[in-house]
Amino acid sequence: MDEEFSPEYGPRWSDKRVEQMLGALVCAVVGLLLAMIVTVLVRGWPSFAHNGLAWFGPGGSVDEQLNTIFLSGESGAHYVYTFHAWPLIWSTLLIAGGSVFIALFSALFVAVFVVEFAPEWMSNILQPVIRFLASIPSVIYGLIGVLVLVPFIGNHLVTEHQKASVAGVISLSGYSLLAAITVLTVMIAPLMVSIFSDGLRSVKPGWLEGSLALGVNRWRTTWKIGVRTARPAIVAGTVLAVARAIGEAVMLAMISGSVGFAPNPADGAIFIYEPSRPLAPTIVKNIDQLSSPPSNATLFAIATVLLFSAAFLSLTGWAARRAMRKYGAA
Amino acid sequence: MESSLATPPAAPPPGGPQIPSNATKGAVEGSATWRLSDRIGLAICWALGLLFCAIAVAIAVYLFIQGIKYLKPSMLVTPAAAGFSEGETGGFSDAFVGTLIVGVMGMAIALPAGIAIAVWLVEYGRPAALARVTESTIEAIAGIPSIVLALFGTVIFSNTALAFLSRSNEGVVFGRSFFAASAMLSLVALPLIVASVREGLHSIPRHVREASYAVGKTKAATTRRILLPASRPQVATGAMLGLGRIIGDTAIIVVLLGATQNFAPVGGNFPFNYLRGAGTTLTNFVYEASPTGNLNQPQKAYAAAFVLLLMVLALNGAVDIIHRRARKVGTWSS
Repeated sequence: MDEEFSPEYGPRWSDKRVEQMLGALVCAVVGLLLAMIVTVLVRGWPSFAHNGLAWFGPGGSVDEQLNTIFLSGESGAHYVYTFHAWPLIWSTLLIAGGSVFIALFSALFVAVFVVEFAPEWMSNILQPVIRFLASIPSVIYGLIGVLVLVPFIGNHLVTEHQKASVAGVISLSGYSLLAAITVLTVMIAPLMVSIFSDGLRSVKPGWLEGSLALGVNRWRTTWKIGVRTARPAIVAGTVLAVARAIGEAVMLAMISGSVGFAPNPADGAIFIYEPSRPLAPTIVKNIDQLSSPPSNATLFAIATVLLFSAAFLSLTGWAARRAMRKYGAA
Repeated sequence: MESSLATPPAAPPPGGPQIPSNATKGAVEGSATWRLSDRIGLAICWALGLLFCAIAVAIAVYLFIQGIKYLKPSMLVTPAAAGFSEGETGGFSDAFVGTLIVGVMGMAIALPAGIAIAVWLVEYGRPAALARVTESTIEAIAGIPSIVLALFGTVIFSNTALAFLSRSNEGVVFGRSFFAASAMLSLVALPLIVASVREGLHSIPRHVREASYAVGKTKAATTRRILLPASRPQVATGAMLGLGRIIGDTAIIVVLLGATQNFAPVGGNFPFNYLRGAGTTLTNFVYEASPTGNLNQPQKAYAAAFVLLLMVLALNGAVDIIHRRARKVGTWSS
């Protein structure tokens, strides 16, 4: 109870000192982020330096390359860095792109529904439902995917004929693009809904009323005025969802199939049943190879790609929101 | 069908005076007069809304059934053991305790840091350039995949200067321990806490601060005595959300807590020998016990997932209660 007697504006907690202490902490966090970017880039550099732009290109089997890289580090004779990540990048693009595309449309409709059109009892049910879906840990989604969805796809959706048609190349066991995209959509859509509906709620009522007064019906008003005004929130939610989709590691490691294989759209309908493995799960699956220097560099190179795509995304989102600032809503 | 669904059940009294705030919602233009395309759109809304509910109910009911079927209370007090059948392999007490440890330690770092950053941003925020950079930093941390944070953690904590935080062997620092995992997990929770506390501080009107300055309080004292107590609900909300993310994260645990299913204490005094050692959490256990993991015990994976889900639901409920109580007390504007 010292404080009762010593003045609070005394030297110990003077404003200046508090400001400096807090400022130092803030600088430390900023510095930590910079250190992370630099560290990850520097650690991954050998892999980029050895491969050049071919790092991003196709060529050979990714899994064999990862294995060779690992073994060359163990033997220590001379390090092998050859790595062509295209199947992993392609898988990331397909899975993240597909699920964000589906989630964007459904989340937009659901957000509009929750904010404008749902009767009170319905939105009272939907809001906790969305919060619940958003808070389920990804590993639980992965578990349900691997024990329910994957067997269902493998046993009921993929026909024996389809399995036989690609038997020599890849086995269609249910671990597939379809499973990954479905579960990832369910994971990121609630996130988008909650950000979209915040944006829709902050639209100035006067703007909507103006449109309604002109005789435009509620549906048209919501889409033409409400959704357009809330575009910055839609961009923000989408950016966050894309970042989550690209960075999701464990859930996708469980259900994407964990094969360094590039699904080929030219295969026709079985394309969506083909297994693959995005970038982030590749790190999780090969994490015990960190001790081998060339593997270490390769994994950090993958992390660099993830980190820079996340940074690029938030930059794009920032620029897009800046361009839309005139619409008023946050 | 769709028009009958779309009619709001709570129609306002006919002829009664319209309350302005009701004008956009509930005021009552049925969809019967709309064009077909608009009505199809509304039907899609209903379908997707019901689909979301159905998915949530399916997940919850399925996990509850599986959880109640396979969860035995003894699992929470029996450590995992090696064995050939699900009956021989014990429970997941270490994972359960590990989740608690990681939650407490992560929040012990993230909560003070998050509050401090939010206070600095709202109350001080000078120079303005640093404030902008900090905002972008927090946003960027929210967007960084946790697997990248985990890899960065391996670099930091394998440093020989930090050898006292984990196991080391002939100068090679293992770099995997509760300390390492909690430190990196706190970064996952940080953006949520900062955002929530900021929102709380922003909602306090200026005149409250001015009144405090007028009676001679410093900025620091005002923050500590008035602003932070007043934004307690938001602080608590941020803490709960952050804790939920810490408990639910798997990538950092898999990378930074070591691949064991039991505590692996290292030499030292009591709490520190465990905290310096490797361990496991429920998320890691679920991952390893799923058919794609190393243990492959789906029944126990269900049981552990059920426990994890209950914890997350409890946190959700806490956020709800905090919100409701805060609304009852009222806000500054009223």
